[in-house]
Amino acid sequence: MLAVEGLVKRFGGFTAVNKVSFDVAKGEILGLIGPNGSGKSTIFNLLSGTLPPSAGSIRFDGREIAGLAPHRIINAGVGRTFQIPRPFRRLSIFENVALAGYFGQDRHSRTKAYDSAERALAMVGLPTDRHATVDGLGAAGLKKLELAKAIATGPKLLLADESLGGLDESEMDQAAAMLRKIRDELGITIIWVEHIMGVLMKVVDRVMVIDHGEKIAEGLPHEVSSDPRVIEVYLGTDAEATQAVAQARR
Amino acid sequence: MQAFLEIFDIYLLEAVINGILLGGVLALLALGLNLIFGVIDVTWICYAELVMIGMYGMYFLVSTYHVPYWAAAPLCILLVAGVGALLHLVVIQPLLSAPPINQLLATGGVLFFLQSLATVCFGIDFRNLGIQLPVLGVGEMNFSYARLLAFGAALVGISAVYVFMNRTYTGTAIRAIAQDRHIMPLMGVDARRIYIITSAIGGGLAGLASCLLVLQYDVHPFVGLSFGPITFLICVLGGLGNFFGGFVAAFVFAEIISLGGLFSDLEWGYVLAFGFFILMMFIRPGGLLARRS
Repeated sequence: MLAVEGLVKRFGGFTAVNKVSFDVAKGEILGLIGPNGSGKSTIFNLLSGTLPPSAGSIRFDGREIAGLAPHRIINAGVGRTFQIPRPFRRLSIFENVALAGYFGQDRHSRTKAYDSAERALAMVGLPTDRHATVDGLGAAGLKKLELAKAIATGPKLLLADESLGGLDESEMDQAAAMLRKIRDELGITIIWVEHIMGVLMKVVDRVMVIDHGEKIAEGLPHEVSSDPRVIEVYLGTDAEATQAVAQARR
Repeated sequence: MQAFLEIFDIYLLEAVINGILLGGVLALLALGLNLIFGVIDVTWICYAELVMIGMYGMYFLVSTYHVPYWAAAPLCILLVAGVGALLHLVVIQPLLSAPPINQLLATGGVLFFLQSLATVCFGIDFRNLGIQLPVLGVGEMNFSYARLLAFGAALVGISAVYVFMNRTYTGTAIRAIAQDRHIMPLMGVDARRIYIITSAIGGGLAGLASCLLVLQYDVHPFVGLSFGPITFLICVLGGLGNFFGGFVAAFVFAEIISLGGLFSDLEWGYVLAFGFFILMMFIRPGGLLARRS
């Protein structure tokens, strides 16, 4: 479904992403992990068109999408959520999602926007009442809204930037279960970015590890978590992550 | 003494009502300028020059080409809407990420460019449509139909924009993009298209105003100066980008002008209005409706 070849992003003399290649199969959940500043967010920005790549190719459903404007990539079927939720606070929850539903799909239609907004809100468990405001939502609620907006654009591939740092353990598990449900019920392929490994490992089919802009490991969760290079990257850099590696192995 | 008071009251009432009628057109202009500022975050200092273009458009269509007024008006609205979109494409779009002062100076440049261009093309003659609408007499008060029409049409225009902004997805996107410029493309919205539509609406409102003002004022290259500064000050007084604040401030300004003019020359109304503005900048710098900090 997605084929990335030799993706490079340079900022001046600094190479943030260096010749990264990977494939994502239809219906798969791919975990993308790496320490802070490893380049995983940059990869997301390249995939969603927020940044143009310096080199490389991104083929989605056989079509080259590298360097397209972000709204074209969304319309092609690649949805995205943000690590920090950015809702429109002056619009209602429903308006936020319906707006994504209207403009996100290739052919703008009012009824389709309405339907997809209702479905997306029901999916993530937010009120479908037309006047509920964003202000009442907590951290977990805002994440759900972010997901609902992305789902409403009708993606075939969802780029989920789900730093779960702000959530407690049960909320993390809920969020992970939600992603799985989205894949299972809507058939949406997912790439999930996260820097905490534990919760991610329970849900994903495959994991790719990025460090200093390069892919250092790729494979099934238990293979990757016992890979010495991965352990080296996580050891000492992030105590929580190390613990998570240990947890995942068990 | 009694008789004097009665006459005075009639004049006072007439001035209050004329103030309201004037407020309608000012509110229309303020909405256009606020829309551009609120959505694109750029102030069109040259906004009233779009009105000037529209008034010339009306003049030539009606006087030279003998197009009936009712047919010329929509053409003119479209013309100025097009000018608004063009202004965005040619001047604003390349400066979107430039410092605000550069954007301000660039649109200021457009102001003088358009004034000079109009002088070169049309000369400094004062021209008018030659349409004289009758006057409505109510008791001893007189109201010109031109003003009544202007007020009514301005309110229709404002309502149309309100409905568009609240009932359509494009309108919702316009309201939303004002809150977060960078997130919109990731919801599938082509931000450039939204900006061009917004600019065309802003231009269209100036076009509508020009159709109405051309019935009351002569056209000349500097006619924009009669409306530009006051529109800008109304927007600042209402809180730049605050649609409702601009609406209220337009009527406050119009009443000061109208009532101030009652006691002496019309120009005194403007003196008082601008004086009031300066005073308000000390008292409520964030605008009339700003929350007290």
